[in-house]
Amino acid sequence: MRTPPSRRLLVIACGLIYFFLMLPLLVVFPISLSSAPYMQFPPPGLSWQWYERYLDDPQWIDATWRSLYIGAATAIFALALGVPLAFALVRGRFFGRVLIDRLALAPVIVPTIILSVAVYGLFAKLKLIGTWYGLVIAHTVLALPFVVLVIVAGLRDFDRSLEQAAEGLGASRWRTLSRVTLPLLRPSLVSAGLLAFISSFDEVVVALFLAGANMTLPKKMFDNILMEIDPTIAAVSVMQILLVSVVLVLIGRFGRGLKDSAR
Amino acid sequence: MSASGSADLLIEGVGKRFGDVVALDHVSLQVAQGELLTILGPSGSGKTTLLKVVAGFETPDAGRVTVGGVEITALPPAKRDIGMVFQNYALFPHLSVAANVAFPLEMRNVAKPEIERRVAEALAMVELKGYEARLPRQLSGGQQQRVALARAIVFNPRLLLLDEPFGALDRKLRETMQLEVRRLQRRLGLTTIFITHDQEEALVLSDRIAVMNRGTIQQIATTTEIYERPANDFVADFVGESNIFHGTMSAPGMVVLDGGRALQVRSDKPAGAKVGVLMRPERFAPSGANAFSGEVIESVYLGTSFKLRLACEGGPELLVRQPARGALPAAGARVTVGIEPESIHVF
Repeated sequence: MRTPPSRRLLVIACGLIYFFLMLPLLVVFPISLSSAPYMQFPPPGLSWQWYERYLDDPQWIDATWRSLYIGAATAIFALALGVPLAFALVRGRFFGRVLIDRLALAPVIVPTIILSVAVYGLFAKLKLIGTWYGLVIAHTVLALPFVVLVIVAGLRDFDRSLEQAAEGLGASRWRTLSRVTLPLLRPSLVSAGLLAFISSFDEVVVALFLAGANMTLPKKMFDNILMEIDPTIAAVSVMQILLVSVVLVLIGRFGRGLKDSAR
Repeated sequence: MSASGSADLLIEGVGKRFGDVVALDHVSLQVAQGELLTILGPSGSGKTTLLKVVAGFETPDAGRVTVGGVEITALPPAKRDIGMVFQNYALFPHLSVAANVAFPLEMRNVAKPEIERRVAEALAMVELKGYEARLPRQLSGGQQQRVALARAIVFNPRLLLLDEPFGALDRKLRETMQLEVRRLQRRLGLTTIFITHDQEEALVLSDRIAVMNRGTIQQIATTTEIYERPANDFVADFVGESNIFHGTMSAPGMVVLDGGRALQVRSDKPAGAKVGVLMRPERFAPSGANAFSGEVIESVYLGTSFKLRLACEGGPELLVRQPARGALPAAGARVTVGIEPESIHVF
């Protein structure tokens, strides 16, 4: 069977786009394994030295742990706020619901730099600059829209006759929630939590303003690029990419696909 | 508490509006202990709203609902002890068959060994032994239906409510399930309300039928009563095939239809009364006290019977069913049929 030319063009276009997206990876991976003492592409030889440098440097390890627990705390708080908010937006009938619905997405609309400056001013007064929990608060604000979007989509598709059935069979409101509603929303909860985690783990702008001496991984990378360009940054990037990929695979496996929640 | 034979479920003057729409207009009815009452009506007749009021998912604007002498109008659904089978079964997709059936028992804090025993018993009753570990989506429609039924009866509910449960099943399976539900309901002696828009299904299953339209009950009666002696045009038309005419009693036992045709009937309505006249298509014979002759305008072969549409001289169009014997009368053929006065229902 002959492939029509339009289809062949499409395949070529997709291939090019894919190649373009993969290009940084194709450069970063080899450089991270370079034997040269400076950024050079293609690398003259292979070695693990940059990975060793990363693992042996307490500053890098420190920053990595901090990013991990700030990400985890952000995910927890964003879920704790976002899930009840999503319930209220989908099921509530109260004055101002539409307004809150729009406001919930504001953090993705307001430029991050504006938000960062504003939060900086506020946190300076509250003495939250340079604290890890200050960063968690700011990241939670940024992560909230993702949680709300995903959970709202999950709730819109939710078959409420299941909750009626549970109540009719003798379940209290609370047990209906814990035994039927939340278990059935689990894929959405998993997706929302992991997205919130990634949004914090990758975040650099707010961290630049608020982190102070408490380096997060993205901020450390940024500083590293400014100060001393050596291939350690490539090794760190590769590991960061791998971690985020693992999280995305987890979302695909246990979560609700992003294509579902985009509806 | 109620004496035997009196009402187990009592609905008194229940009203419900949604904005300008009156969903229930002061509906009252009684269901006796162990009785299966069908609420039959077209969509939008209010039958589902009435069921939701009984189950506790809707609060009525007026009236009371009483079960076994205890008023439940204001109780939340969880406190009502009512087993319900939903239109789409509403099985919990994340729980196994056994866990679905165990759910109402767990909510009642029944002890574990007791739960296991009763789940096994309920699954045996609906012939689903060996399916305990399956998830609902791994079952066929009929099997899901059985799980929903087992889940609704496992906790010995005070009432059983069935909301169009057979709608999604194919004809053969539907008939099997109807008989099975009927057998189970009799065996357990469960007071049951069954909701449907399918009049055939209502006739098969019910002890009594309540026909609803536009938020009011048109007639409550036994199945034969509903079919043979409908109270009004709506019931006559909705249940079964019918020829409905209007006319005036000219003398005792004599009706003159609005078109001028006179019929002998059995009725003690006084002369001058405006009446409705119902003639079921299958009640026509080749001859009878009231004879109609006319031209066949449409004829259909239905296996066991012929269905004919006749245009009668100087009169009405008739739907007639005859046993399928000989050749199917062709369109344009002249046919004569008759009907006895006692086969004509006057209302």
